[in-house]
Amino acid sequence: MPDGCTTIRKMAAIEVRELCRTYKVFRKREGVWASVRGLFHREHDIVSAVRNVSFTIEEGEMVAFLGPNGAGKTTTLKLLSGLVVPTSGTAQVLGHVPWKREDAYRRRFSLVTGQKEQLWWDLPAQESFRLHKEIYRISTDDYHRRLDELTDLLEVGRLMSQPVRELSLGERMRMELIAALLHRPDVLFLDEPTIGLDVVSQRRVQEFLRQYQREQRITVILTSHYMKDVEALCDRAIVINKGIVIHDGPLAAIIDRFSRHKIIELQFSDNIVPTGLERFGMILESRPPKVRIQVEKQSVSECLSNILGQHSVDDISVSERPLEDVIAELFSSDDAARAAK
Amino acid sequence: MTVFDAHAMPTTIFGEIRARVRLKWLILRTAIEERLTYRADFAFSTLVRFLPIVTQIFLWSAIFQNAAGRSIQGYKFSEMVAYYLLVMLTRAFSSMPGLSTGIAGSIADGSIRKYLIQPVDMLDHLFWHRIAHKLVYYAVATGPFALVFWLCREHLPAWQGWPLMLAFSSSLLMSFAIGFLIEALIGLVAFWFLEVSSLIFIYMMLSYFLSGHMIPLELLSKWIPFVDYLPFRYLAYTPTAILLGKIPAEHLPAELLIQAGWIAGLFGLNRYAFNRGVLRYSAFGG
Repeated sequence: MPDGCTTIRKMAAIEVRELCRTYKVFRKREGVWASVRGLFHREHDIVSAVRNVSFTIEEGEMVAFLGPNGAGKTTTLKLLSGLVVPTSGTAQVLGHVPWKREDAYRRRFSLVTGQKEQLWWDLPAQESFRLHKEIYRISTDDYHRRLDELTDLLEVGRLMSQPVRELSLGERMRMELIAALLHRPDVLFLDEPTIGLDVVSQRRVQEFLRQYQREQRITVILTSHYMKDVEALCDRAIVINKGIVIHDGPLAAIIDRFSRHKIIELQFSDNIVPTGLERFGMILESRPPKVRIQVEKQSVSECLSNILGQHSVDDISVSERPLEDVIAELFSSDDAARAAK
Repeated sequence: MTVFDAHAMPTTIFGEIRARVRLKWLILRTAIEERLTYRADFAFSTLVRFLPIVTQIFLWSAIFQNAAGRSIQGYKFSEMVAYYLLVMLTRAFSSMPGLSTGIAGSIADGSIRKYLIQPVDMLDHLFWHRIAHKLVYYAVATGPFALVFWLCREHLPAWQGWPLMLAFSSSLLMSFAIGFLIEALIGLVAFWFLEVSSLIFIYMMLSYFLSGHMIPLELLSKWIPFVDYLPFRYLAYTPTAILLGKIPAEHLPAELLIQAGWIAGLFGLNRYAFNRGVLRYSAFGG
């Protein structure tokens, strides 16, 4: 190098360009006559699950894929894991076209969903892991070392000899994660990994994923409806709605870009909440002497000086709106904008 | 970027073969363990399979009493009993309970994805799984089979020599492959029509008639002349007829070759259906 330095340029692990996937969805009208007519002529709609989706994810990134139900998140993950073939567009993961389903690619990624997937239901999980050892051709030393590491991290050592059907949902999910990670995938697709789990299990899975990703520097795409998962694990978010990407950037930028409000929380000195606060914004909660008001961002300072000038206040805090509220608003405004068009 | 275990990947052709054999062996072992989970249900279903043979023997003994010692389409009473005993044995090889419904169900509920995202071949995986089922079945059923055969020993044919036994064994093993491939193919139809239970019902009915399970095919060929040109006959009739000496020795090589041809054809059809089906797969079910 001319300047004597080595430049380390990150490579794209996932590259998606104008990916589309449509489905033929058959329509069934109500009534017997419609059913009889359906025998001869079936009506159908073409539904676009994913429309011109493009993004690039670099090695070692952990990216949240956000969107309401039916937005196209899971379909995108199915496309990237080679489960379905796109209608048009291209994608490359680790240099492979996913839907060619080459073994060389299938040895380098894992897909984890909230359903039972990889484990044999009637057998202890260790039997499935042993089968994975052969399927992914993991050397015996690596297998034992990784299994020990993962069972320690996920605290499931004592459950290894128990049939999978006898495990709780949280325990099963932790076993699924072990099965998905035994072969040290370079890319991990997580589709709602904490769905249905209790708070303790959710946190355990979150902590595990954070630690594992930090140590192994694997590339992860995570879809989740739990914003706590997303905030704990991801710096970047791709937001998709009705199959179209509407935001791709830092997670924090979603709030900056799409939230027009802040939350002011006040505790008044007297044991009352004064009247007339509605003129500053929407009252979210009023429990004397505390009140929470949603105020437009540009009016925050004006609102505060007015209230502090007129009332005696013991405590005050200004915060951003919760991410899930912002995202919910984002989806509904996006839907409304599309309906208006 | 981490590269997957370079040292774990076989570097030679022998290493590759060894890795594949190890995988098949482990699928077999794991499936045997799984099969033994529901022992009581399994033992019961195995024993129930022996009941129809008793009714068949009573039925044909009544028919032959009226026939006053004559043979029916070349079958004497003893040969008829031997036929049903051997058909029972052959069907135990070629029937694949739950295979079609299992494949169709996994397509409908999305659990087939396991085979699509892992570096495994679904049909190969299911084949070894099914071998495990059969091994466990025979381990349990050998006793009852031996008892029934011993009780009916006077009806069984005399030892016909090794060549015929070899032809019978080959045909029997091929009947397993044909049964597997036909039922797997029916299951794969679920890529196009999610519900295949009617198709399975039709297949069960046809195979009961056309495989020679219900009556020897000699009795049917007058009404259904094309019965010899279908693959069903290899599910029960052909291996049985070989051992009973109903197929002349000079026709045996051709018969076995045609049976092998059906395996090749059905194998090709399965591959085609799987590859085409996966292309139109929508991965519903989560």
